[in-house]
Amino acid sequence: MIALLRKQRYFIDYTLGTMMRHKGKSLGLLTVYTIIIFMLASVMLFSHAMRSEAVALLADSPEIVVQRIQAGRSVMVPADYLQRIGKLRGVTEKRGRLWGYYYDPAVKANYTVMASEQDQLSINDIVIGEGIARTRGLSIGDYLTLRSHEGKAFSFRVLRLLESESELISSDLLLMNPEGYRRLFGIDESLYTDLVLSVRNPREIQKIAEKLTLLLPDSRPILRTEILRTYESLFSWRQGVMLILLLGSVLAFVIFAWDKASGLSAEERKEIGILKAVGWETSEVMRMKFWEGVIISLMAFLIGYLAAYLHVFYTSAGLFEPVLKGWSVLYPSFQLTPSVDGLQLATLFFFTVLPYTLATIVPVWQTSITDPDLVMR
Amino acid sequence: MMLIELTDVRKAFNQGKPNEFWAIQGITTQFEVNRITCLKGASGSGKTTLMSMIGCLSRPTSGRIRLQDRTISSLPERFLTQVRRHTFGFIFQRFNLIPGLSVVENIMLPAYPLGLKASCLRSRADRLLEQFLLADKASNPVEWLSGGEAQRVAICRALINDPQILIADEPTANLDSRLSREFMSLLDQLSKAGKTVLISSHDPVVFDSPVVDRVVELEDGLVVSGEG
Ligand SMILES: Nc1ncnc2c1ncn2[C@@H]1O[C@H](COP(=O)(O)OP(=O)(O)O)[C@@H](O)[C@H]1O
Ligand SMILES: [Mg+2]
Repeated sequence: MIALLRKQRYFIDYTLGTMMRHKGKSLGLLTVYTIIIFMLASVMLFSHAMRSEAVALLADSPEIVVQRIQAGRSVMVPADYLQRIGKLRGVTEKRGRLWGYYYDPAVKANYTVMASEQDQLSINDIVIGEGIARTRGLSIGDYLTLRSHEGKAFSFRVLRLLESESELISSDLLLMNPEGYRRLFGIDESLYTDLVLSVRNPREIQKIAEKLTLLLPDSRPILRTEILRTYESLFSWRQGVMLILLLGSVLAFVIFAWDKASGLSAEERKEIGILKAVGWETSEVMRMKFWEGVIISLMAFLIGYLAAYLHVFYTSAGLFEPVLKGWSVLYPSFQLTPSVDGLQLATLFFFTVLPYTLATIVPVWQTSITDPDLVMR
Repeated sequence: MMLIELTDVRKAFNQGKPNEFWAIQGITTQFEVNRITCLKGASGSGKTTLMSMIGCLSRPTSGRIRLQDRTISSLPERFLTQVRRHTFGFIFQRFNLIPGLSVVENIMLPAYPLGLKASCLRSRADRLLEQFLLADKASNPVEWLSGGEAQRVAICRALINDPQILIADEPTANLDSRLSREFMSLLDQLSKAGKTVLISSHDPVVFDSPVVDRVVELEDGLVVSGEG
């Protein structure tokens, strides 16, 4: 038993020695390998974190949003729809919302403007997201001037900034008093942008949605689960784009690794021949090469994954900024909550470490099953 | 007392192909314990091929090789390795040391699969280094060695697992005549210490050496003299 362990130690020592002797090759391989793992892991971690972020954000959004559709276009909802809905069983709360987009030519970007009742804002106060604050160079107490629907200038005082933990969504958000909203956009007291309904029991949601379409034939209820799905497909799509971009480099890596790992140099062939001639078994030569593959790929995996983790969660996936910019013109400088998906981790592991290790073994096997008498020549 | 017994041993390369070539064409002979036997013959006569079959590095195409009371010519690969590891030590013509490794690492290489205690293995290697006057070179990379030193390192490596039989294939081909004579006297010491030695050469310093007990001459894969 002890001899067996000692034997493994000799093999590992020998392997490490071999890798040190071929420093250039080992380091080059390790570098390329690490970069690939880093890229793949970054995309995976990022998309996973985004998805869980979205799920978390939507968790406390209303279960049903009711829009009014006219000629296939969503239009303002009359306030009396709230009365027409009346008391529906299972609905714990219903209210109208006011929100819309405001294009600011100064920064060539859209703000998402929302009327907020909870914040008890006075008519001249606003609360803004970090993205707006950054691009307009605003801080608390500063004034932001917006043009109303009739072209009049309104100045709003920045009361505070939205806390950045949810900046992914709130970056371009601008909250104001409902009265101020109506004045700015010229919206009648009797209209809302949409209605939201809270439902406690998720199994009743579908039923309530059906009742709503009967009560208000020109309305369209949007369920939270649908939004969630839309988000998910959006994220998957973005992940898909990135993965395709990466595919090229992955392929290059596979070829590179195959070449490096499978193409044994004459020197290595001779070394294997010598080892066999002096009494190493085929399986022992393979074990040594196996350790070599394991050491390189594990190191690459650990370094690459760790770097990706830091990249995504501590630099906000800075390298992906160009791809993600289309998300919103005001790129959020968000901080993602660190989270790792075990299945993703395992997938990455099995698609990188395993094939590489196999790629190193196969040619060694071929070389080491040939008669070792070649070294005599 | 017979140690190695060959019965009508033949070896073909590329059998069944147009370039089929019979390097050994039917050899029957014996090698005795504790003797120094020299295989003599021109280049291409089949010395290396024959020695690699005896040393379990390859198998004969037909015929039988017995080592004491075991028929090794029919053993599967795994067992061949075991026999090779414990019974034979090889000294190759081109030394075949692994560059980049130190002298002592090269010497210990054949013992790694045995899983000996590190200190035990190291002291075994040190004793050999001492014996072959290499103690001060132990940690040098083998690229720094002169021809004679490399040769002695190769001998140490062949002896690390304390084999019964030493196989040396044209060991003096890369040495001048003084070093060749020194090599022969080292073989003599080893023989006196109980080793059986099989050496191939077409160098008169070797086959005319007084320490050689018997010369077997090969020609085109057949024994032409010294059948024994
Ligand atoms: N792998 C091989 N394939 C084909 N022919 C070979 C092979 N190995 C050796 N030979 C041939 O077998 C003959 C004997 O070779 P070898 O045993 O090396 O001779 P020696 O060691 O006496 O010089 C040579 O003619 C050589 O060309
Ligand atoms: Mg030869």
